[in-house]
Amino acid sequence: MSIVTFDKVAKRFDGDNPDNKFAAKDLSLHIDQGELIAVVGKTGCGKSTMFNLLIGLIEPTEGRIEVLGKDPFKDFNALAGKLSVVFQNDRLLPWRTAIENVAYGLELRRMLKPERLAIARGWLERLGLGQHVDKWPHSLSGGMRQRVSIARAFATNPEILLCDEPFSALDELTGATLRQEFKRLVKETHKTGVFVTHSIREAIDIGDRILVFRSPGHVAAEFIVSDALAIYGEEGLKQKILDEMGDVS
Amino acid sequence: MRVRKEPFISALVLMAIWEVAAHFFPPFLFPPILSIAQQIWNILTDASQVRDALATSARILVGTFGAFVLGAVLAIWMGWSDTVQRYAQPLLTFNQGIPALSWVVISVIWFKSTEVRIWFIIVMTTLPAFAFQIYDSYRAMSKDLVEMSLSFRPTEWDKFRTLIVPSILPGILTAWKINLGNVARVVVVAELVGASIGVGYQLLQRQQLFDMAGAIAWTLILVLFVVASQAVVTFLETHLLRYRAQSERGL
Repeated sequence: MSIVTFDKVAKRFDGDNPDNKFAAKDLSLHIDQGELIAVVGKTGCGKSTMFNLLIGLIEPTEGRIEVLGKDPFKDFNALAGKLSVVFQNDRLLPWRTAIENVAYGLELRRMLKPERLAIARGWLERLGLGQHVDKWPHSLSGGMRQRVSIARAFATNPEILLCDEPFSALDELTGATLRQEFKRLVKETHKTGVFVTHSIREAIDIGDRILVFRSPGHVAAEFIVSDALAIYGEEGLKQKILDEMGDVS
Repeated sequence: MRVRKEPFISALVLMAIWEVAAHFFPPFLFPPILSIAQQIWNILTDASQVRDALATSARILVGTFGAFVLGAVLAIWMGWSDTVQRYAQPLLTFNQGIPALSWVVISVIWFKSTEVRIWFIIVMTTLPAFAFQIYDSYRAMSKDLVEMSLSFRPTEWDKFRTLIVPSILPGILTAWKINLGNVARVVVVAELVGASIGVGYQLLQRQQLFDMAGAIAWTLILVLFVVASQAVVTFLETHLLRYRAQSERGL
């Protein structure tokens, strides 16, 4: 069952001036429940625009978007608690400790303090941060902070998890470890995941299905990873994806 | 909190210079330190004079609080609405050009009650500083954190409580520290006109008596209050902003 649908979506910044470039054009896609989708494309190809459209932070200039049957921009509040986001940088509130950051989404859902702190603690322990619950964000390493932001995203038990290049700022080893942890958690908790990345290797590693984006913001190709690996092999698939990514306009 | 020796050394040097001057000039110009200390003691042990000091302190706190509340509301409103910002900012800038003494004259003509006059003068002279400092903090709010918060679909109240207030708090505390000193200066000017109680009134009396020791003593009482108030704000700052990272080596 499709829970995310983009139907011929276009996004042009700064109003309807025809001289302005499209950040997304003729963008159509669908995501089924329980899928882990990797969105890959070069810098500037419109991945982040798609991401912001999906969250509801920006409004499409043309076309229709449905997330769990709602328009994410117009019915912004109707999706409260249904979506969680892991951003490129950790975006932790510096005035809150690790546990308070993880409990943030639950607090906004009016969950009582003891209950939300218990859930937050559970997620921090699950992500190996049981010893750091009361630390301020500035005293945690980059990898730890990103773990806290992952815990924050999972803590609200959302239906859809959205990740915008969450491990790109980390060293390769930490990024790879977190990637595996993230994939395991998504599968264990039966979430639907959308994982935006510019790394082909990361996309193959994490996605059930890969959407290849090309500028201006549209899906140039898609691959079911298991099938594509069986046909092309890993190196062949990488090359196919690279070919489809094209140049950035 | 570590107590530094430097402020005490600076005060001692200033006192030594003053005492030397007191040996060469008449007491109505440079009274000896001892007679100033005696005057301070008299103020602190006389109920009616303590009442004067407390009256000024209360006026400073009530006036500053009033300016803070109005300034904060205006600043947040300006941050929330570009239209409000476009109308309010020129008015605040215009207000900043009006001398405190002009507000004294205006308030004397407009209001009958001395307390209302003083409160009005403090608010009008301090409000722009509060508004601008808090507005700047609002504008400097991290876009990343705003988007993160929005992704959880908070209510307006939740946004205000969990994001806006903590973001502008450092600006609010800085504004309080700066404005407490400014208000102390303004309140004395306001009290010179029409007040029958307060440090300003007492200073006027000392001027008429050529009592320099008394004038210095009352000034020091006022300075003491400002320093104590700022110490309270600094204490709050240390506690409320304890999340901020500190480099072992300073800048």
